[in-house]
Amino acid sequence: MFVARLYVKRLLTIVRGEVLVLPSRIVVALFFLVLLGMPLISQNPYLIRVIVLTSIFAILAASWDLLSGFTGQVNFGHALFFGVGAYTTALLNIHLHIPPWGSIPLAAAAAVLAGLIVGIPCLRLKGTYLALTTMAFPIILMGIVFALPDLTGGELGISGLQRLSNSLLVNYYIYIVTMLVLCTVMWKITDSHTGVIFHAIREDELAVRASGINTTRYKLLAFCLSGFFAGIAGGLYAHYMRIAGPSTLEVSMSFSVVIWAVFGGLATIYGPITSVFVLFPLLEFVRFWPEYRTMIFAVVVLLTLLYMPEGLVPWVRDKIEKQCPRCKIRNVATRKTCRVCTALLD
Amino acid sequence: MDIIITGLITGSMLALLAISFSLIFGVARIVNIAHTAFYMVASYCIYSLSAKGGLNPVAGMLIAVGGVTILGLLAYRFLIDPIREHEAAVLIATIALAMIFQEGVMLIYTGDYRTVSPLIEGFFVVAGVKVFYQQVLTFAVVLVILALLWLLLMKTKLGLAVRSTAEDREVANLMGMNESRLAMITMGLAVALAGFTGAVIAPLAVLSPFMWMEPLIMMMAVVVLGGLGSIKGSFVAAYILGFTEALVVFLIPKGAFLKGSVALSIMILVLLLRPEGLFGISFEEER
Repeated sequence: MFVARLYVKRLLTIVRGEVLVLPSRIVVALFFLVLLGMPLISQNPYLIRVIVLTSIFAILAASWDLLSGFTGQVNFGHALFFGVGAYTTALLNIHLHIPPWGSIPLAAAAAVLAGLIVGIPCLRLKGTYLALTTMAFPIILMGIVFALPDLTGGELGISGLQRLSNSLLVNYYIYIVTMLVLCTVMWKITDSHTGVIFHAIREDELAVRASGINTTRYKLLAFCLSGFFAGIAGGLYAHYMRIAGPSTLEVSMSFSVVIWAVFGGLATIYGPITSVFVLFPLLEFVRFWPEYRTMIFAVVVLLTLLYMPEGLVPWVRDKIEKQCPRCKIRNVATRKTCRVCTALLD
Repeated sequence: MDIIITGLITGSMLALLAISFSLIFGVARIVNIAHTAFYMVASYCIYSLSAKGGLNPVAGMLIAVGGVTILGLLAYRFLIDPIREHEAAVLIATIALAMIFQEGVMLIYTGDYRTVSPLIEGFFVVAGVKVFYQQVLTFAVVLVILALLWLLLMKTKLGLAVRSTAEDREVANLMGMNESRLAMITMGLAVALAGFTGAVIAPLAVLSPFMWMEPLIMMMAVVVLGGLGSIKGSFVAAYILGFTEALVVFLIPKGAFLKGSVALSIMILVLLLRPEGLFGISFEEER
């Protein structure tokens, strides 16, 4: 009893000292709480569906940012990993009858392999060459998918996949918790030693190589990690929609991922996640104007980029937080002095 | 024979698109995803002017090209120029622009397929294969335009300015060339070329609001294969990929699905051996 009270007190101190200090952390904590507590408020199936799809695409967008925002290898072919994940899990589930919690990790492994296949030719390429080469891969795969309709179901895709669970609520929680866990893992990766090296590779690869770091290994690692998470997203998508079709490999899917990630802010993991949670419901809720839907979406993206060219989240973050010039810790913008070193914030 | 005709037509169209794309990228460092969207808008303009307005096709073509050029210049001035420093944002802005064009065209013309009647009716038979006069006309016109472009770039002062800005932006600026005005002029030139391609291909192709995606992929493959910023490279690569596409479609059984795949695989293979493309200039690390 006494020990429990101690731990609760410690938790409260941590919450007060670390989380409540910065508005961005408060937002993240609220986000976690709202997502986890959503079914207590409303169990509207449409709302649940929108949130589940949003979280799947959030994993996808975050994995793109891990590769392209951090390592600087702009990848226009992210739909490849998504599609490979979706098709692999579909094939494994239908033909070999492996249950979803087994086939999704295997699909992620297949996507990692795809990441290697894409990554190795791209080692020598830079900039636009890299972007266009990566764009080529999903198109090649889509051509192969159409050309072998008995294996892959051609235009109709593979249907009849099992759900992850039969109850709506349990399904929702599985997807949400998976998304939160994976995104936290991605955030931890970017915050670690490997993440710093990724960021450095983007800034100046020559300097990183001159420091004695094997950039080839790290670039391939970025491709594989990105492929892993995107493959999981693809597998989850296939099992949620219960169908794996060629629409997962389309160019427009690749472009959508790029739009979400750049809109939200490159080289942050929370940026793409936020932008997916902003843009995807926007796209869904403009459904009552079916002709103008995509146009409104495109106009919103265009106008936002005019005024916030670095992305939505960095702009908002710079408005509400300031960095201390002495100790580089972030503070709320309304403070006059830094909370750690008490230097003056200008 | 069919292969040669189709290859030549596709190659010429890709050459025009790729050279104009290469121009914008070389001078202004903008990857203009909306390039083929301009091509689509021009085709639709030709459609309205000739089918609904009943105008003479040649005059219709000139008006369409002019209109598309103005559209492109406006889009550049207000949407792309302010964010030119952030390359990722420019990319997304052009994607969004292309989507807006697609949706706009779909709203005005609905999603049905349209056709434009050819300029010269009739055909003649060569070696057992029908060759339409329109195809020959298209090919001849494209060659003429390419020759004019070559003259412009090589022999005039403006062409010299464009070429030098493509090689080194900062030094061209130091030499007294107004770099942002040149970017605007090049953008106008390139969009005019894209519009011209649309106007010329309109009688041969089927118009639909989604027709901009497929040439986009092939065009980017051509540009990458030929080397970014190299006109000669784009020209050669366009015909290589045009003929490859024609060969794949006619010779391999499931060819129609695989033509994109084969062309892109060739591009990847060439890039493995030569990372700058066939004639590309390897850029020094721009700091």
